[in-house]
Amino acid sequence: MAAIHLLINNRPHEVEIAPDTPLLWVLRDNLNLTGTKYGCGMGVCGACTVHLDGEAVRSCQTAVSSVGTKKITTIEGLSADNSHPVQRAWIAEQVPQCGYCQPGQIMSAAALLAKTPHPADDQIEAAMIGNLCRCGMYQRIRRAIHRASAGTGKGA
Amino acid sequence: MTISRREFVVRGTVAGAGMMIGVRLSEPLLQAQENERGPKKPAPNPFDAWIHLKPSGEISLIVAKSEMGQGIRTGLAMILAEEAEVDFNSVSVEQAETRPDIYPHLGTGGSGSTMENFMPLRRAGATVRELMITAAAAKWSVPPAECAAKKATVLHQKSSRKATYGELVEAAAKLPRPDPEKVSLKDDSKFELIGHAVPRVDIPAKVNGSAQFGLDVRVPEMLFAVVARCPTFGGKPAHFEAAKATAVPGVRDVFEIPAMPGDMFTAGGVVVVADSTWTAIKGRDALQITWDHGAAVSESSDGMRAALHEAVQKPGQRLRNDGDVEAVLSNGAKKVEALYELPLQAHATMEPMNITVHARGTEAEVWAPTQSPDWVQRTVAKVLGVKNERVVVHTTLMGGAFGRRYMADFPAEAAQIAKIVGKPVQLVWSRQDDMTHDFYRPAACHHMQGAIDASGRPVAWFHTLASTSIKGYWDPKTPAGNDESGGARQMPYAIPSVRLEYNPAASAVPRAWWRSVEHSFNGFAVESFIDELAAAAGKDPVEFRKMLLVKPPNWKPKDDEDVDPARLRAVLELAAEKSDWAKPLPKGQGRGIASYKSFGSYFAEVAEVTVSGSNFKIDRIVAAVDCGWIVNPESVRSQTEGAIIYGLSAALKNEITINHGAVEQTNFDGYDPIRINEAPTIEVHLTESRDDPGGMGEPALPPIAPAVANAIFAASGQRLRRLPLQLNPVA
Repeated sequence: MAAIHLLINNRPHEVEIAPDTPLLWVLRDNLNLTGTKYGCGMGVCGACTVHLDGEAVRSCQTAVSSVGTKKITTIEGLSADNSHPVQRAWIAEQVPQCGYCQPGQIMSAAALLAKTPHPADDQIEAAMIGNLCRCGMYQRIRRAIHRASAGTGKGA
Repeated sequence: MTISRREFVVRGTVAGAGMMIGVRLSEPLLQAQENERGPKKPAPNPFDAWIHLKPSGEISLIVAKSEMGQGIRTGLAMILAEEAEVDFNSVSVEQAETRPDIYPHLGTGGSGSTMENFMPLRRAGATVRELMITAAAAKWSVPPAECAAKKATVLHQKSSRKATYGELVEAAAKLPRPDPEKVSLKDDSKFELIGHAVPRVDIPAKVNGSAQFGLDVRVPEMLFAVVARCPTFGGKPAHFEAAKATAVPGVRDVFEIPAMPGDMFTAGGVVVVADSTWTAIKGRDALQITWDHGAAVSESSDGMRAALHEAVQKPGQRLRNDGDVEAVLSNGAKKVEALYELPLQAHATMEPMNITVHARGTEAEVWAPTQSPDWVQRTVAKVLGVKNERVVVHTTLMGGAFGRRYMADFPAEAAQIAKIVGKPVQLVWSRQDDMTHDFYRPAACHHMQGAIDASGRPVAWFHTLASTSIKGYWDPKTPAGNDESGGARQMPYAIPSVRLEYNPAASAVPRAWWRSVEHSFNGFAVESFIDELAAAAGKDPVEFRKMLLVKPPNWKPKDDEDVDPARLRAVLELAAEKSDWAKPLPKGQGRGIASYKSFGSYFAEVAEVTVSGSNFKIDRIVAAVDCGWIVNPESVRSQTEGAIIYGLSAALKNEITINHGAVEQTNFDGYDPIRINEAPTIEVHLTESRDDPGGMGEPALPPIAPAVANAIFAASGQRLRRLPLQLNPVA
C-alpha cells in the first residue's frame, strides 16, 4: 500500500492503494469515476481509454504508480454537458447503441483530433483500431470523427 | 411513487396523482417460448404496462422493457406521444419494477419490443387523447366532435377555449374508459413522429460517462466478488488452498459454491470476496486449485465436427416433406451436393456478465443488467430461500445483450455469494470468465442435396441439418428439430420436392440463444445453397431467386414464421437495384446476394468483395429492409448496421473451439470481433410499409454471411462452405 497523488480532470486526488493496481480500477472502485469501462483487462478492446497528458492510453494496462504527475482526463472530464466537439458529433451521428464502449471510443477520438485536426480515413482507422464496438457502430464513429473535425458537431 | 397493486389493477387511479391507464401488450415471442416449457399460468391482471398521466401533463410509460441499445425507450415514447397528441419530450419511458403481479411480461428479446407494443400503445395513446377530449367537452358542454387535441391541449375551435391535459386529468380520470379496440386511431398521413427519425433519448448520457451500466452500480459498503470456475464444462474443484489468496490485502473471504442445476446452469467454483474488483482478481490469481475435470474433459471441436458430419448423413426427424425428393434426386436430373459448417459462437458483450445483490435475511435487493428481470427475481429468491415478491430487482442499462443476458447463471451465483457475505456484493465476471463460460450459439452442419431439370429449374431440395442444439442442453428429452430449423423449414423458394430432416449431436458445451438464434446458421445454408443451384443452372443469382419467389393467388401465411414470397422478392429487387447488380465489376471483384426473413422482417443484402490471392476484402454492403411499419427509421438503420457487423464478425473471424472440454479462446485476442479498419460501408435502404412492425434486433444478421460467401464465389469461383470464411491458400 502506498499513498498516491493523482490529478484527474483538473482535481487532485489521493488514494492509499497497492502501487501495481491498474488506473482503471482506481478510477472505478476508489474514486467512483465509473465512466471509464472495463472490457478485457489486457489492452485489446479500448473500453478503458483515458488521456495521460493528452495521450490516449489503456487504463487497464497502466499501473497507478506509473502515472506520476501526468494529467489524467477521463470521459467525465471531457465535458459533463456534452459540449466537447466529439461528444456533440457523437450525438449528431447517433453513434451509441448500448453505449458501453463509447467513453473509450470518444477518448480515443478526442486524442486523435487534438493532434490531427483533419484526419483522413486511414488515420482514423489507425487511431481507432484498438477500440472494439460489439454493436458495430464503426460507420457512425467514422462519420462522427469527420463531423467533429469539420467543426460541424451540433448539440441535440 | 409507490403504488399499491389494488390501486393499479382495480381502480387504475391514484388520488391527486393524475391518471393510470393499463395497457395489454401483444404476446411476445419469448414469453410464448417460456410457456412451452411449463403450464401456462393465468395472468395476474389483464395489463402488462401502465401509462401514468401526471397533473403536470407529463406522461410516463411504465413498461418492463430493458434498454440494451436498441432504442426502445425512444421508440415506445414516439408511438405513445403520436396518438396521445403530446410532445415527444413530455413522454418518458420508465423501466418497470420487477413485479410480475403488475407487469406479467418482463422479458426483452426475440426482437419483440416494437412488435409487441406498436398497436397496443397506439390504442393507449388514442385512449388518452379521447379521454381528454371527452373531459374538455363535458367541461365546456360542447359536443366532443367539435374539439381537437394537439400538444397536450384540447381546443374548442368555435369558442377558442383551450384546456391542457394537466388541467383535465383529474376529470378525465373519473370517466369510464373507452374500449381500447374501438378508440379512433390517428390518420397515419398526419403522423409527425412515427416514421420520422427521432434522436434517441438514451444517447446523451452515453457520451459523457453518466449512463449507469450493471458494473457501475455502487452501493454503500459493497464488496466485490469473482469466481474461479473449472475451465472444463461440468468440472469442479477437487481441492483448493486459500492461504495465498486471503493473504492479499483487501481480500475478505474465500469459499466454495456448488454448481446449480436446473435452469440456472452455474459452474460452481471458488469465490474470492474483496474490497475492490482488482483485489478480488488478484486474490483469485493467488488461489491454488486442483480441478476434478469431469466427464466432458474428452470433448473437442474435432470430435464435435466428426459427430456433426456423421449426424447429417443419417435419416433424421422429418420436419418438411413436399413431393418426392428421393425419386427426383435419383431420376437423373443434374444433382448438386454441398456440406456447410458453422462453429460455436460466443455472445461477447462489451460489458461482461455482472450483477449486484444485497441479501438481507428474508428479503433482497438486486441491480441487474438483464433481459429477464423476472427470471432474475425467481432465481435469486430460490437460491436465498425467500419469497419472490421480497426480492426487488432494479434493471440497469446493459453493455450489449444479444441473448446472453437472458440467462440466470450469474444471478444464481451472485445470490449464493450474497447469502454468505451478508453485505451488498457485486459479482464481476472477467472477460476470460465471460468468454469461457458463455451459453454458446450451437455448432451446426448442413448436408444439402438439390436437383436441376433440363430447363434449369430446381426440382428437388433435400436439407439435412445437425446441430448441438439448444434444446439438447436445456430439455434433452424433447426433440430439438422444430426449434433448430427455423428458416430452413420455411425455405421460401418454389421447388416441388422439398425435404428437411434434423439430427442432434451431443455436447457438454452450454448453448442458448445468440443473436438471431437458429436463423444464424440456417440462413447461411439456405442462401448459400440456392446460390449454388443458380450457378449449377447457369442463371443469375437474382433472376434465379426471383423465378422461385412466386406468391400463389390467395396466399395466406400459415403462421408468423411463414415467408411472404412477394415481400422477400421486393427486398431482393430493391437490394439488386441499389447495388447496381446488373453493372459488371472488374476481374477479382464480385457481388453476392442473400435474402431472408426472420423475426417478422425481410432483408436482402448484397456484399461486394475484392479477392486477391488468398485474401479478400469487403468493399461495400447494401441492405434492403422491409420490417413492416417503421417507428424510428434511425433505429432501424442503426440496428441493421449493427447486426450486419455482428454477423460479419462470425462470418469472417470468430470461432469458439473446444479442447479438453474447455473453451480455447479467452479474450478479444483469440476471439477478435470486426474492428473499424475491417468494417465496410453499409448502405441501408428502407421500404415504406403499413404491414405490422417486424423485429429489428436480429433479422439483418442471417443474410450477411451467405451474401459474402456468394460474393467470394462470384469474384473467385471458390465456394466457401465453412465459417469463418477462409480462402484456400494460393498454391
